[in-house]
Amino acid sequence: MSIMKNLIHGTNFDHKSLNALQKVTLRAVVMSFLFYGLVAVEGMIMRMVQTGPDINPLPPMFSHPDHYFSIMTVHPIVGIFGSTYQLVFAAFMFLIPFLTKKPLYSIKLANFVWIMITVGTALAWLAAFFWQYAPLYTLYWPLPADTEQFHAIGGVVFIVGVALIMLGTFGFIYNIYATIFARIGVHKDKTTKELLISGFGIDGMLNLWHKITGRPPYSKEPALALPVVAIFRGTVDTFLDAIVILGAGILVLVFLLADMSGANWDVATIDALLYKNFFWWGLDLVADGLVLIYVAGSWYLLATLITGQKLFMENVARAALMLELLVSWMVWSHHLLADQGQPEMMKLISGEMVTAFELLTQGLALFITLVTLWKARPLKMTMELKYLLGGLVGFGLAIPAAIIQADMGMNRVLHNTQWIIMAHVHIALIVGLYMTLYSALYVLWPIVTNNTKMYSSKLSNAHFWLYLIGGIGMGAFGGMAGLDGMLRRHLYVDGEFNTLMILAAICGSMILIAWAIFLFNIIMSVGLKGLIGIFLPAEDPTASYGIEPEEIAQNHK
Amino acid sequence: MTFTNSAELLSFHWVAYSIYSAMIISVIAWFGYNLTKKDAKSVFRLPFYTYMAFLVAGGVGHHIFTYNTIPWVSQDITRHDITPDASYRFEIAKHKWIGLPERITVQCGQTIEFDARSRDLVYGFGLFRQDGSLVLQMQVNPGTDVNGILDPNDILWTFNHNGLFDLMSTEYSGPRQYDDNGKDLMFVKNLVEVVGCKEGGGKL
Repeated sequence: MSIMKNLIHGTNFDHKSLNALQKVTLRAVVMSFLFYGLVAVEGMIMRMVQTGPDINPLPPMFSHPDHYFSIMTVHPIVGIFGSTYQLVFAAFMFLIPFLTKKPLYSIKLANFVWIMITVGTALAWLAAFFWQYAPLYTLYWPLPADTEQFHAIGGVVFIVGVALIMLGTFGFIYNIYATIFARIGVHKDKTTKELLISGFGIDGMLNLWHKITGRPPYSKEPALALPVVAIFRGTVDTFLDAIVILGAGILVLVFLLADMSGANWDVATIDALLYKNFFWWGLDLVADGLVLIYVAGSWYLLATLITGQKLFMENVARAALMLELLVSWMVWSHHLLADQGQPEMMKLISGEMVTAFELLTQGLALFITLVTLWKARPLKMTMELKYLLGGLVGFGLAIPAAIIQADMGMNRVLHNTQWIIMAHVHIALIVGLYMTLYSALYVLWPIVTNNTKMYSSKLSNAHFWLYLIGGIGMGAFGGMAGLDGMLRRHLYVDGEFNTLMILAAICGSMILIAWAIFLFNIIMSVGLKGLIGIFLPAEDPTASYGIEPEEIAQNHK
Repeated sequence: MTFTNSAELLSFHWVAYSIYSAMIISVIAWFGYNLTKKDAKSVFRLPFYTYMAFLVAGGVGHHIFTYNTIPWVSQDITRHDITPDASYRFEIAKHKWIGLPERITVQCGQTIEFDARSRDLVYGFGLFRQDGSLVLQMQVNPGTDVNGILDPNDILWTFNHNGLFDLMSTEYSGPRQYDDNGKDLMFVKNLVEVVGCKEGGGKL
């Protein structure tokens, strides 16, 4: 087939054969990867500015503080919400029906979710683009309400955008829980209590206790599969996080509207340190809550799907997910180790000791996943297995990088440097999380697209290596700059750290090229007609899909 | 083993984390390679509880190690019971330092208290060496007590090495911190000078 034919018609993709659940999943996936491209371009703009005036090829406007910090403000909004939330939510709204053999509660609600997140992200981006609203994602009070530096209207548009994203998030949460608790199909005879006990992993804990005390298992067949439990738990944090972000947004909005109406409200009525505690408690539920729990669940799912075998130490994994949930609620103080007004006991207990538990919970997930894979060898080195291993490397690098900084001694010289944002956050997201998501994408691709053939395995491999090397390299060089004293929320226009920034920019370019290759491969697989067709109404309103997991495992043997 | 300044700590950290990174990448690469082999045997068996003990030791041991080797940790926790050799208090408003001395000269081994107070936004207080590396930093949060007195943001620091240190705000406080060309308006060149130390650090 010629390139032009592939570009228009794809390989063997037929959008008319897709049911409603498949289509809504693919719509969100498309939007997610478009936002990913935007976030990669934004990242590259910042990298280029940091290389200094002799090398930076961009026009001077990009080095202007208004412009630069606007990009820095929307970069995480587009990346975390527009791309990652979108992709994760789509995957889970597909996986829950797939794993429970029950239809999704509402396709309309699933459409609402991706539309709200897309529109909300676009609004937040526009607020930064047109009005240079730039309080950064941290929204440290009272900066977001500082109308001497920012146009109030820009702030209002930004907050409305974030609020729409959170409304979409609530839609996702409702859809997930309504599907899990629906007493139909395999759960027809289950009570809500049984589903709740399983959802919180209490059956796993009781099974462990029964084993220790020499009694028969409490539950031989738990009501919910382990990946469903991970999604259930992670979604608790997603909900709490959405409440906090929405709460902070409402606070900012009220002050901005008051300012626009001519009222002179005193921003000092809100205690900045208390606000920081509230905000970080919620925001940290994204990083240390839902990401880690969702990722652990995804690893377990991928390991069992790839090997076709039961998960190693499943009861321990269930119990650990419960522990991870509790840990995620108590670790926020590691963001406040440089705040001298923060009580020392909170720094010690929440900031250091409880945070160190994440080494334990994530290390456990890594161990269980590796042993499950090892016991099933020999395995074919498929794309999904490669990406899964890449994801494990990513978190293997990123989690210790964070634990190192969550220490009162180290924090004094690393806080707010490039260390945490590059060696931890970017490696965790780009390598750890996204490689796990790519693995899930390759596993689910035949199921979601009705066995559409991927255009080129060579391009898939090129994407993998460029992405892996670029992701680790960018994080590593950025992290080294952090150790050299480079701040993360600062404008460097004179190339102060240019050697490391040039190396980071080269690696960043590899990520951008990898994204372009991936997108090209996908478009050549589904074709432009198919891409448009994804957004047309589905002829088949079915909201579930029932390929048996065993069929996936067969492909890896 | 004690780190006498942050430069020593950062160098140690650079080496330790680089070794760890090379190790974890190699282990997963080796693991992935052997996953495809039917007759691959474990080079070593890592029992589950040994692995968990290793993680616990790593997580807890890291803090015990830093507490015993980094002097500013215990000093920070007990700082309100320590009498400093000198105190410097200043304020920040609208991206400007107020009441900042032109130069702070510190004798080797002296313990200095810096107390920065903000009238409006969240800022940062950070001292940097001439090569750009970080000596120390803290957040500077705004706020007042019931009497309207600005909340303190205080840090105690003992200087054991000679040097000239620049001051920067380590927290973003909006684009007005910079001029249109991106120049940092809160940057203060050579604010702190430490004298009287031996070449490798410590009192003469």
